[in-house]
Amino acid sequence: MPKDGGIGASSKRREDIRFLTGRGNYTDDLSLHGQTYAVFCRSTVAHGRIVSIDTKATADMPGVLAIFTGEDFKDVGGNPAGWLINSRDGTPMREPKRPVLAHGKVRHVGDAYAAVIAETYAQAKDAAEQVAADTEIEELSPIVDMAKAVANADNRVHDEIPDNLCFDWGWIEDNRAAVDAAIKAAPHVTTLELINNRLVPNAMEPRASIGEYFPGTGDYKLTTTSQNPHLTRLLVSAFVMGIPENKLTVVAPDVGGGFGSKIYHYGEEALVLAAARKLARPVRWTAERSESFLSDAHGRDHVTKIELATDLEGNFLAIRTETLANVGAYLSNFSTATPTFLHGTLMAGPYKVPSVYVNVKAVFTNTAPVDAYRGAGRPEATYSLERVIDKMCRELNLNPFDVRRKNFITPDMFPYATPVGLNYDTGNHGATLDKAMQMANVAGFEARVADSAKRGKLRGMGLSTWVEACGLAPSHLAGVLGSRVGLYEAATVRVNATGNISVMTGAHSHGQGHETVFAQLVSERLGIPESSIEIVHGDTSKIPFGMGSYGSRSLSVGGSAIDRAVDKIVAKGKKIAAHMLEAAEDDIVFANGNFTVAGTDKAKSFGEIAFSAYVPHNYPLETLEPGLEETAFYDPGNFTYPAGAYLCEVEVDADTGRVEVAEFICADDFGNVVNPMIVEGQVHGGVGQGIGQALCENTTYDENGQLVSASYMDYAMPRADDVPFYNVDHSCQTPCTHNPLGVKGCGEAGAIGSPPAVVNAVIDALHRGGYSHVKHIDMPVTPSRVWAAMQAK
Amino acid sequence: MTKVTLTVNGKSMSGEAEGRTLLASFLRDTLGLTGTHIGCDTSQCGACVVHLDGKAVKSCTLLAMDADGGNVTTIEGMANADGSLNTIQQAFQDHHGLQCGFCTPGMVMSASALLAENPKPTESEIRHYLEGNICRCTGYHNIVKAVLAASGQDANVMAAE
Repeated sequence: MPKDGGIGASSKRREDIRFLTGRGNYTDDLSLHGQTYAVFCRSTVAHGRIVSIDTKATADMPGVLAIFTGEDFKDVGGNPAGWLINSRDGTPMREPKRPVLAHGKVRHVGDAYAAVIAETYAQAKDAAEQVAADTEIEELSPIVDMAKAVANADNRVHDEIPDNLCFDWGWIEDNRAAVDAAIKAAPHVTTLELINNRLVPNAMEPRASIGEYFPGTGDYKLTTTSQNPHLTRLLVSAFVMGIPENKLTVVAPDVGGGFGSKIYHYGEEALVLAAARKLARPVRWTAERSESFLSDAHGRDHVTKIELATDLEGNFLAIRTETLANVGAYLSNFSTATPTFLHGTLMAGPYKVPSVYVNVKAVFTNTAPVDAYRGAGRPEATYSLERVIDKMCRELNLNPFDVRRKNFITPDMFPYATPVGLNYDTGNHGATLDKAMQMANVAGFEARVADSAKRGKLRGMGLSTWVEACGLAPSHLAGVLGSRVGLYEAATVRVNATGNISVMTGAHSHGQGHETVFAQLVSERLGIPESSIEIVHGDTSKIPFGMGSYGSRSLSVGGSAIDRAVDKIVAKGKKIAAHMLEAAEDDIVFANGNFTVAGTDKAKSFGEIAFSAYVPHNYPLETLEPGLEETAFYDPGNFTYPAGAYLCEVEVDADTGRVEVAEFICADDFGNVVNPMIVEGQVHGGVGQGIGQALCENTTYDENGQLVSASYMDYAMPRADDVPFYNVDHSCQTPCTHNPLGVKGCGEAGAIGSPPAVVNAVIDALHRGGYSHVKHIDMPVTPSRVWAAMQAK
Repeated sequence: MTKVTLTVNGKSMSGEAEGRTLLASFLRDTLGLTGTHIGCDTSQCGACVVHLDGKAVKSCTLLAMDADGGNVTTIEGMANADGSLNTIQQAFQDHHGLQCGFCTPGMVMSASALLAENPKPTESEIRHYLEGNICRCTGYHNIVKAVLAASGQDANVMAAE
């Protein structure tokens, strides 16, 4: 029987009402008295030296209020990388300054080198064109291809960084000799070279920022499209602008999707604050979509060689990978963590592989910065691993289901320490694989192949079994690994005098439905109706602190912080109840919204306790402060490890190479589930993006460093008719053992598990159709690539 | 600047527009109706879909002046007279057909135009019709279900659940 509220209920989303009626409150919806408009001048060349920027003509144009160039920010700080990565030889990564506006050089198409503020948007746009016309940039040879970037030491993205190498990272360096030896001695080694295609996150709401300055108090306010307003405040305060944290409020109101791209602080945010200070007027900026393509942090972009050593029965002996990871022209905030600790640590997958060694070289190029995009490193690891396993199965003529099953870490082996530094707490990979096979009706597959063949289609099935690490992260471990921030989450639970509740959370919702889910949590714990619980997020002036939402951490870390704060509320409530009921505190039991003296019918309702806390007439004032508000900071004890088995069936049109996804099946283990409707929606969305990566999306820079795919005319976003209905299940649940909710996180799973399932299915279809010479096709598996591979016999 | 007068959601509204002012910007910036969103600059994403004289249009592709005298319905005008969600809006909530909400106004306006033309569309007809509305959050699954449900069809059966 489905519940109608609390944990486990598919409560309808309260936030939907405003979104469905046009009453959302996105950054660009704000209109402020006296507001002005910023427009940025962006480089049209990939690599160039700024010779001169003449702003004299522009300054006299109608409506122009201010013009900024890199010169104005050369003495303020840069936007730093959040993780320090050390190379194999122990040297720290190369970390060039990332200025608010480019100074000296422009380093990618879209790199902002000036900004104009004017009374109207049209005036600012006209003026920015004039600045561009009056700017001389000496074009330099662009560095686009990663292999060439590393090989050509004379041509540098950053003059001070030879060979364009950010770091050369080994994980784990101590494993290297054993892995090399195991591969040398192995009965069979499967090698696969592949590209994890570069993607543009494409949240549907373009980035936007509004800066305000209040001269009377010296306060600043930044309203911005952020997944992570406290981090933005910290970076603006401590690193970039030097505005004291207590004088800066950062608000991220309704945010229209993020997928990673809005975790980071961007220069536009600093610029609108600086301009607001100069003009003492609000300064607003909203990206055009083409600007978003050029300047949002992109995702993925790995070139990898993976080797899998096995015996002839397909038992895994060792894995070795070498990856070139593109970080683009500057280091975005999480750019150094993504290809390392979010990637290398997952290279053992859900398997008991004895030894693993991962090498990643991060490379600067004249392209937009690359950072975490939904899944962030884990899709890259999963794709490499699940593709090479599939290739090995074909080489040794082994069943891909059996091979995965016999290599799985089995339930009796948890907790399980992997050779790449993680300690999986729990899981049951066999159960999710069984579930997926049952959902897919694997036994009926041959009949479906025959049916497809009648229609001229080649049908194939692809499998991907995966595990990921999310719920970032234990702060002490993150610190050892180079993180420059803590990764706890904070929450305040404020019980108001009339008994309703405001919950302030540092997690940020930009589509995930926190206002509904977090209310379900608190409702379950306190026996208060969900409608009496308000969730407040996205405003640094209201919330104690926060690390925002990314890495599927909102519920497992943010929800756990709320749970801990509720613990404190209940504990204080018991003290108050004990006084009011004239009983010992230890005898008070809290359940279903009532504080009861155990074994009696003497009770006080939660509302009575709340009222007493604020009107403390009958209250233990000698030993207890009035009020009922508690804050908790929750630092996770480990990562969480969602896992699952995904099965994809495709039909390939043998005449055109077009791939259609016929079935997509997900059997996930997310541990406990709070709102099944929302969990399923998260998986749908992730799978949609994964199918997009596998079949259509590609970010293409030409040899000059021009972004060829910089609009929805050229970048193939998946549309409604590119995807099927998905069949998703989360009934296999091994609850997380180290957070109070037993939850693991579901936000990225779909995007992590799905791309290899799709590509494995395409290869399977081609083999069944007689094209067994096709060993691999790089994503996106477009009709032209499939057709070309079919013909390349 | 030219005066542009529209009937918006049943009310006469006027404002000044430049020759280059797009209907989407006019609705948002001049009339303050920010439910209509702008998600791209190439008329691809569909976040700006409104109804003009009964037809779904991308309001970023139309000059405000060209709409002068027209009858416009935006997302703000879709709820029932008592303020409750209409059938399509309610179906989107019931079936979790939205996450971040940014594409949602355009989706609802397009779905409404589809159902006016074709009251019982098939799954395939819905997917084809919504091809001009991009959603990055939902993978479209629950949007298609919501439209099926709004048309009175059993979405759960059709989505094979």
